Amino acid sequence: MTAVSVPIEHVLVLAAALFTIGLVGVLVRRNVIFLLMSLEIMMNACGLAFIAAGARWAEADGQIMYMLILALAAAEVAVGLGLVLQLQRRFNNLDIDAASELAG
Amino acid sequence: MSLEIALFYLAALVSLSATVLTVTRTNASHALIYLIISLLAVALIFFLLGAPFAAALEIVIYAGAIMVLFLFVVMMLNLGRGSVEQERRWLTPKMWIGPGILAAVLLVELLYLIVGTEVMTPGIGVSPKEVGIKLFGPYLLAVELASILLLAALVGAFHLGRRYMRARREEIE
Repeated sequence: MTAVSVPIEHVLVLAAALFTIGLVGVLVRRNVIFLLMSLEIMMNACGLAFIAAGARWAEADGQIMYMLILALAAAEVAVGLGLVLQLQRRFNNLDIDAASELAG
Repeated sequence: MSLEIALFYLAALVSLSATVLTVTRTNASHALIYLIISLLAVALIFFLLGAPFAAALEIVIYAGAIMVLFLFVVMMLNLGRGSVEQERRWLTPKMWIGPGILAAVLLVELLYLIVGTEVMTPGIGVSPKEVGIKLFGPYLLAVELASILLLAALVGAFHLGRRYMRARREEIE
C-alpha cells in the first residue's frame, strides 16, 4: 500500500475552489437549469473532499460517502428537472424569479 | 512520484477552468459540455488519488447518466424555436474547440497513465473490494436509506413529469 503522494491540502483547496464556483453560480445565475448545474458542481466538490480524506487515511469510508452523495445528486436532479418542466409549462420561461409568488 | 503530482495539477487546472466556463456560459448546452469535461477531470483526480472505483462511478453515473438527463431536458425545452438554425450554429468550430482542447489534455494524461509503466496504478489506496465489504457491512442501513431516497425521487419525478407530458399532448392535439 503506497502512500498517496498528492498533498491533501491541495486537493482540499481544489475542492473548496470548485465549491465556491458552484456557490457563486447559484447566487448569480437566474436560469433554473444553471442553478441545478451549480448545485451539481457543489456536490461534486464535496465528493472530491470525501475521496481525498478517504485516500489520505486509506479507508473505504470516503468512497462510501461519495456513493451516497452520488445517490443524493441523482435524486435531486430527477426532482429538479421535473420542476424545471413544470416551471416552463406554467410561466413559459426558466427564470427563477418568475416563481417568486410565495414571497408575496 | 513528482510526475503524479504534475498530472494532478494539470487535471485540477482543467477542472477549474471548465467549471468557470460552465458557470459563465449563456447557452445551456455549451455549459453542459464544459461541465462534463470538468467531471471527467475530477474522475482523473480520483484515479490519481487511488480511488479507481469512484473514478469509474464518476464517469458512468455523473458524466453519463445525470448529464444525459440534463441534456434531454435542455433539448426538450428547445424544441419549439427554430431548432434547425440552432443546430447549424452548433456545428461551427467556435463551439466545440474549447471543450475539445480541454478534453484532449485529459486524453493525453490518461494515455500517459496507461502507457507509462511506472505509474500504472498510482497510489493503490482503497480497492473496490474493501469498499464493497464495508458498504454492505457497517453501512447497510445507509444503503437502504439511499434506496428509499431514490424511490421517493422516482415517485416525485414521475408525478411532476406526468402532468407536463399530458399538457404537452393536449397542446399537440
